[in-house]
Amino acid sequence: MNEIRVTVNGREVVEDVEPRLLLTDFLRHRLGLTGTHVGCEHGVCGACTVRLDGVSVRACCVLAVQADGSAVETVESLAEDGLLSPLQDAFKRHHALQCGFCTPGILMAADDLLSRGRPSREEIVEMLSGQLCRCTGYAPIVAAIEDACNTLSQGFEAIDG
Amino acid sequence: MAPPDPATTERPWVGRSLLRVEDDALLRGEGRFLDDLAPVAHSCHAAVVRSQLAHARIEVDAAAALAMPGVVGVLTGADVAALSRPFPAGIDSGVPQYAVAIDTVRYVGEPIAVVVARDRYLAEDAAELVEVDYDPLDAVLDPVAAADEAVHDRSFAYGDVDGAMAGADLVLRQTFHFPRFTCTPVECYAVVADWDGTAGRLTAWANFQGPFTLHGVAAAALGLKGDRLRLLTPPDSGGSFGIKSSVFAYVVLIGLAARHLGVPVTWTEDRLEHLAASAASTGRTTEVEAGFTSEGLLVALRYDAIEDVGAYVRAPEPATLYRMHGSLSGAYRVPNVAVRNRVVLTNTIPSGLNRGFGGPQLYLGLERTMAVAAARLGLDPVELARRNLVTAAEMPYRTPSGAIYDSGDYEACLDQAIELADYDGLRARVVAARAEGRLAGIGLACVVEPSISNMGYITLAQTADERARSLPKSGNAEGASIAIDPLGGITVRLASTPQGQGHRTVCAQVVADALGCDPADVTVMSEMDTASVPWSVASGNYSSRFSGVAVGAVRAAALKLRAKIDAIRAHAGDESLSLRRVAGMAHWNPEGLPAGEEPGLAAVAFWAPPTLDPPDAEDRVASSAAHGFIVDICAVEVERKTGVVTVLDYVTVHDAGLLLNPALADGQVLGGFAHGVAAALYERHVYDEWGNLMTSSLIDYLAPTAPDIPALRIGHRSSPSPVTALGAKGIGEGNTMSAPVCIANAVADALARDDVELPLTPPRVWALLNGPPEQAEGEAGLAPIGGDA
Repeated sequence: MNEIRVTVNGREVVEDVEPRLLLTDFLRHRLGLTGTHVGCEHGVCGACTVRLDGVSVRACCVLAVQADGSAVETVESLAEDGLLSPLQDAFKRHHALQCGFCTPGILMAADDLLSRGRPSREEIVEMLSGQLCRCTGYAPIVAAIEDACNTLSQGFEAIDG
Repeated sequence: MAPPDPATTERPWVGRSLLRVEDDALLRGEGRFLDDLAPVAHSCHAAVVRSQLAHARIEVDAAAALAMPGVVGVLTGADVAALSRPFPAGIDSGVPQYAVAIDTVRYVGEPIAVVVARDRYLAEDAAELVEVDYDPLDAVLDPVAAADEAVHDRSFAYGDVDGAMAGADLVLRQTFHFPRFTCTPVECYAVVADWDGTAGRLTAWANFQGPFTLHGVAAAALGLKGDRLRLLTPPDSGGSFGIKSSVFAYVVLIGLAARHLGVPVTWTEDRLEHLAASAASTGRTTEVEAGFTSEGLLVALRYDAIEDVGAYVRAPEPATLYRMHGSLSGAYRVPNVAVRNRVVLTNTIPSGLNRGFGGPQLYLGLERTMAVAAARLGLDPVELARRNLVTAAEMPYRTPSGAIYDSGDYEACLDQAIELADYDGLRARVVAARAEGRLAGIGLACVVEPSISNMGYITLAQTADERARSLPKSGNAEGASIAIDPLGGITVRLASTPQGQGHRTVCAQVVADALGCDPADVTVMSEMDTASVPWSVASGNYSSRFSGVAVGAVRAAALKLRAKIDAIRAHAGDESLSLRRVAGMAHWNPEGLPAGEEPGLAAVAFWAPPTLDPPDAEDRVASSAAHGFIVDICAVEVERKTGVVTVLDYVTVHDAGLLLNPALADGQVLGGFAHGVAAALYERHVYDEWGNLMTSSLIDYLAPTAPDIPALRIGHRSSPSPVTALGAKGIGEGNTMSAPVCIANAVADALARDDVELPLTPPRVWALLNGPPEQAEGEAGLAPIGGDA
C-alpha cells in the first residue's frame, strides 16, 4: 500500500492504495466519482478522460499512484454553482448526447481543448478522433463545441491577449 | 421554447423538439449506470475464464484458484450442468448451449468458468490460476463451405417465380457477402446477481434491453418460474443498439455463481470480453437472382441465403433471417418472390441483435441488384426505382410474403431526395471529376424500414404443420402504468428499457397532452422491474418499437386516467378542478367519487398494433406493424493511389410518420447513419484460419470517430401510420440498413465494377483498382443468363 495525496476537483484527498490500482477505479470506486466512465480500459474510447494537472489523460491508463501530488479534475467539476457550464449547456441544446456514457470523457477532452484558446472546426474534429461515441454520429457534438466557443469568446480574447 | 397554447392545439406537446429531461444528470456525471450503483451490499466480484481456442475438448482444474486468499469460489462447467439447463432457442440445432462450455469450447472467448473473489483485481488474478487443458478440434470458419451441414433449411415461394424468371428479358444473378460487425456501445455488459436461497428466488440487475422473451429464456435455463427471476434494469444504460439483449446469458451465468457460492456477485464486462464473446451481427452470403422486363419492371426475385450465426443458435436467432421476411420485395411492386434460408454454425462469436437486424443483409443484395440492373438496362437508377416503387394509391400494400405496408408515398420521397441532393448537379460534378481522371460515383438506396416486430415471425422457422401443433404466436404488445399520488404528482413506469433514446422525455410529452398538464409535471421512470412494471414478452427496446407501441401503452394508460379525472370533475360540477384537487379527492374521499369509480388514481394499460397476425398457412407474415421509407443518395470519390473512399455528399429523406420529438428523431437518424457508414467503410470481425479473433480490441476493430463520419443532410416527409397510436413509425434503424448499400453502389459506380465488398476498406478497394479485372460476364460473378436485353 502507498499513501497518495491528490487534489480531486479542488479537494485534497489522502488515501492508501495498491500500486496497481487504476486511476479510474480510484475515482469511481474509492471516491465515488462515478461520472468518469470505463469503456475499453486500453486507452482508445476516451470515456474515462479526466484532466491531470490540466491536461486531458486516459484515466484507465494511469495508475492512482501516478497522480500522487497532482490535481485531478473530473466531469463532476464542470458545473459551477449548480449551473451547467457553457459547454454542458451547448451539449444539451444540440442534442449532443443520447445514452450519455461517453459524454463525460468528451466534455473533459473538450474542456481541455477550449482552455487553450479558440479551436478551429478542424481542431475540434481532430480532438474528437480520440473519443468514441456510438449514439450521435458526432455531428451534434461538433456543433455543440463550436457553439460553446462562441459563448466563451470573451475568455478566448483573454487567452489570446 | 415558449409554451404552447393548449386551448388551440389538440396535441400541444407531442411533435415539439423539447430538450431532454435525461440530459442534466448525464452532463454532470450523475447518470445511474449499473456499474455506478451497488444495489446489494457486500457484493463479491466475478472474473470469467474464457476459451483461448476456437474448438477443443476441455478439462478444467480450479484448485490453485480456489486456494488463493480472497477467493470465494469458482463456478465450473460441472456446476453449471448440475444447476441449469441449456438455453431454449427458436430452432433445435443439435448443439445445446449452457451458460458456460461444459466439456467442449466452440469459439474463442467462450466462458469456461467464473471466479468470484472479494474484489475484481483478485478475481482476475485467480482466473489466471484456473488451468484449462485443451484438446484441439478442427474449427469451422467458412459458412459457405459448411452449408451442407446447415442446422436450418427452409424454402418459401410466393407467386410463380420460375415462370416469371423464364419470361424475363433480363435475368441477373450475383452473390453478396454481408460481413459480421457489432454494435459497440461504449458501456459493456454489467450484471449484479443476488440469490435468495430461502425463497428460491434470483434478483438480478442487468443493463438488459429486452425483448423480454429472453427473460423467459433465462428463467428456463435457471429452472425457475418467471416470478422467481426478478430482473431489474438501472435508470441509465450506456447504449446498446441491440447487443444488450444477449446479456441475458450472463444473467444466468452470474446468477448461477451467486446461487452456487451463496454470495451476491457483481460482474462488469471488459471491452476485450465484449468484442470476443458478447454478440455480433450474423454474416450473410446471399445469391440474388432478379428478372426484369426490357422496360425495367422487376418481375421476379429469388434469394438463396446462408446465415452465419456463429457457434450456437442463441435466442432469438434465427430471427435475423426472418425479421425482414415480409419485406423481401423491398420497396418494389414485384409479384413473384422466393427465398431459401439456411443457418450454419461456425466456431465464432454467437450472433444477436444489431441495429438494422436483417435489413442491412437484405438490402445489400436487393439494392446492389437494382443498381446493376439499371446499368444493364441503360436506365438511371432513379428511373428504374421510379418504375418499380409501390405507389401511394396502392397503400396499404400487401407484399407477396405478407407484410402490410401501412402508409407512404415512396415516389414523393424519391423526388424530395432528388431535390435535396440536387441530383443533376451531383451527376454533373461526377462527370466533371471523371473528365479530370478522378474516380467518382453516385449511389442510391430505396429502403422500407420496418418497425414493431411481430412476435410470431420467428415461427416461420417452423413449417405450417409444425406451427399448427403449437400455440400460435403474434402481435407486439407493451405495457405501462401511471399513478397520480395524493398531492397530484404523476409517475409513469415503462417497460421500454431505453438506452439513450430519450423515452422519458417523449413519454412526458405524451402524458402531458393526454392529461392537459406540463411535461415538467410528469416523472417518467426508465428503470424496468419485472416484479412491479406491467410488461409482456414483447417488452423492451428493439425493432424501433418505442414510438409506436410503448407510446401507445403510455397514452392508453393516460387516457384511462383522463376519463376518470373528467368523471370526477363532472361529478364535482367543476370542469376546471385542478389535477391536484382531483387527486386529493380520489385518495382522501373515495366515498365522494362518482358511482362505480375505483378509489385511487392509477391506471395500467397494454397496447398492441392491430395488424400482426400469426403466419398463415401459406407462410405469409406481417412481420412488422409500421413501415417507414427512406431514400438515400450519396456521391463518393475513390483515391486511386490509396483506395481511400471519401463521401462527398450524403442525403437521406425519411418518412417515419408523425415525429413525436423531431430533434430526437434526427438524433436517431444520425446515429443509425454512423452505424451504417461503419459497416460500409470500416468495421467487420476478422478471424484467422484457426479461429483466433484478430479484431479483439478497439485498436483492431475500427469503430469510426468524428473525422470518419461524413456530413449527413436530412429531409422528412410524414405519412402517419394508421396502425400506431399517434401515427409514428420507427426511425432508428433505417440508415443502418440503407447506408452500407448506398455507399457500395456509389463505389461500384466510381470503379465501374460490380464486385465491391463490404467493408470498403482502403486495402480492399486498392486491390480492386490494382488487381485482375472483373471476371467477364457469363463466367462468374454477375451473369445475365437469359433474355435479349
